[in-house]
Amino acid sequence: MRVRWDGVEVEAREGQTVAGVLMGLGVRSWRTTRGAQRPRGLFCGIGVCFDCLVKVNGVPDVRACRRVVADGDDIRPQSGAELPS
Amino acid sequence: MNRVVVVGAGPAGLAAASAAAELGVEVVLVDAGAKLGGQYFRQDALARGDRFALPLAVEHVANASVWAVEPVEGGHRVHVRIGEADDPSRTGRVLETRALVLATGAYDRAVPFPGWDLPGVFTAGAAQAMAKGQGVAVGDRVLVAGTGPFLLPVAVALAAAGARVVEVAEANAPVAGWLSRPRGAAAGTRRFPELARYAGMLARHRVPYRTRTAVVAAHGSDSVAAATVARLAKDWTPVPGSERRVEVDAVAVGFGFTPQLELAVAARCRIEGGFVAVDATQGTSVPGVFAAGELTGIGGAELAASEGAVAGAAAAKRLGAVVEPPLGAMARVRSGRRFAAALAAAYPVRPGWTGWVRDDTVVCRCEEVPLGRLLEAVDERDLWGVRPLKLASGAGLGMCQGRVCGANVAELVGLDDGVFARRRIAAPLRLGELAGAASTAEEAGGSPASRADQSFGQDLG
Ligand SMILES: Cc1cc2nc3c(=O)[nH]c(=O)nc-3n(C[C@H](O)[C@H](O)[C@H](O)COP(=O)(O)OP(=O)(O)OC[C@H]3O[C@@H](n4cnc5c(N)ncnc54)[C@H](O)[C@@H]3O)c2cc1C
Ligand code: FES
Repeated sequence: MRVRWDGVEVEAREGQTVAGVLMGLGVRSWRTTRGAQRPRGLFCGIGVCFDCLVKVNGVPDVRACRRVVADGDDIRPQSGAELPS
Repeated sequence: MNRVVVVGAGPAGLAAASAAAELGVEVVLVDAGAKLGGQYFRQDALARGDRFALPLAVEHVANASVWAVEPVEGGHRVHVRIGEADDPSRTGRVLETRALVLATGAYDRAVPFPGWDLPGVFTAGAAQAMAKGQGVAVGDRVLVAGTGPFLLPVAVALAAAGARVVEVAEANAPVAGWLSRPRGAAAGTRRFPELARYAGMLARHRVPYRTRTAVVAAHGSDSVAAATVARLAKDWTPVPGSERRVEVDAVAVGFGFTPQLELAVAARCRIEGGFVAVDATQGTSVPGVFAAGELTGIGGAELAASEGAVAGAAAAKRLGAVVEPPLGAMARVRSGRRFAAALAAAYPVRPGWTGWVRDDTVVCRCEEVPLGRLLEAVDERDLWGVRPLKLASGAGLGMCQGRVCGANVAELVGLDDGVFARRRIAAPLRLGELAGAASTAEEAGGSPASRADQSFGQDLG
């Protein structure tokens, strides 16, 4: 299957999480913090810390370590504070 | 009401569901993951099918997060969101039960050090989960650091996933620790072959294992480029002049585990010393609520499974099943607890770690609160407890609700960390979902929506 990362089409496999796809591509960070705009990515790996937030199909604040990709998913980095949804 | 509801499908929850089903009662097993197994039995998510087979009487509800547990007449109501993680399209389900088994497990504790908020610093559990579940090594050259026997399988899994593990830094000096509690160590002998096997694998990969050593800083501008390790005194104060720089692109840290308590707290179970208090049948202080696995103490997968078997039998009995006391499992629980006590004694988090945190080191990752600001908040306001401290400093007010910083902040300011576990929402909901959740709950005959509304968002207490 294929998904888009930041506008570019990439290969993905069934069962991969967003974090699995991104780390597989060598991407370490996909979010900046609200305060100091510092880069963040995966930390706890199991849905506890909320460091790995990412935008999936336009929805922000999705935990990349928990979300399993689906064909055609549009995945984008998230910067600073996002409006709640 | 006439079924057992088990939350968590790790070793504890799987054993509880199977035990109850084998005694002839219906079971609903709810887990946030797509596959069964929890942490220890984490399956390769890229492989087809499921390795575990459950008895027919067990309904497994996958991709299902329990976000609230509510006491109702005669039992409990369990609120679940089902679907893709954090997606607004998730659907709600409400389960009522007279016999609830909580088996929600634990997560890694990471103590802060300068640079620990850089991408490339992970928990040991994250490194393990990525390697086992996703087939990805978190780095090319990885430093594994922290304390506890869990560091060994993490290093082995990293090596198997293709990383070069440059060093395992164990902050304690565990051999002496084990010897001082021979009874507990003997109770754990069944685990020694497993640990010895890991140690052998590390030796073959020529991975140095250094005790009384810790990572005290990570360096890099946008991601980890190097780390500093130091020798430690017995209380973990870094030995001046012992610092060494190691070239790594990833650091995996684990300082033991913190139990996932929020559902137990929501059900008003008594918490003792940071864990859910249970009796010999795994019953909590609340009738009809049982707890098993890392929730009740950190003792590994075997103890979790034994506790699960006992809890499942006790839950079935509560629903009227005829049950012989599971004496074998109860005996394994007792010896497992001795092993757990020995573990805790051999691998404590010692106070000297606070010495490697600097004023500008972030202690609350969510709200980006540095140690300096936390200490100012303590100085400026009278320390009445957790709530004013959280409000004044911002620590613990972010999306993780203090899960990551709670134990560390409590230790840094000298408070009991149990209070940081009082979170009312166990799993995050979207605003739109909350509106939906309200109507589902009403259909089930109650009106927890108003309460849920009040407790949604930042938990200030
Ligand atoms: C990331 C990680 C990796 C680990 N890997 C190993 C290892 O390789 N070897 C080892 O010896 N030990 C490992 N451990 C230690 C491990 O905790 C125990 O060995 C064992 O897995 C504990 O079993 P358990 O049944 O108590 O909990 P777990 O195995 O942690 O299972 C708990 C389950 O509950 C589910 N859950 C929690 N909250 C909710 C909720 N609100 N709604 C729905 N579901 C929920 C979780 O999805 C999880 O599947 C690991 C721990 C962590 C945190
Ligand atoms: S890495 Fe912690 S929530 Fe995803």
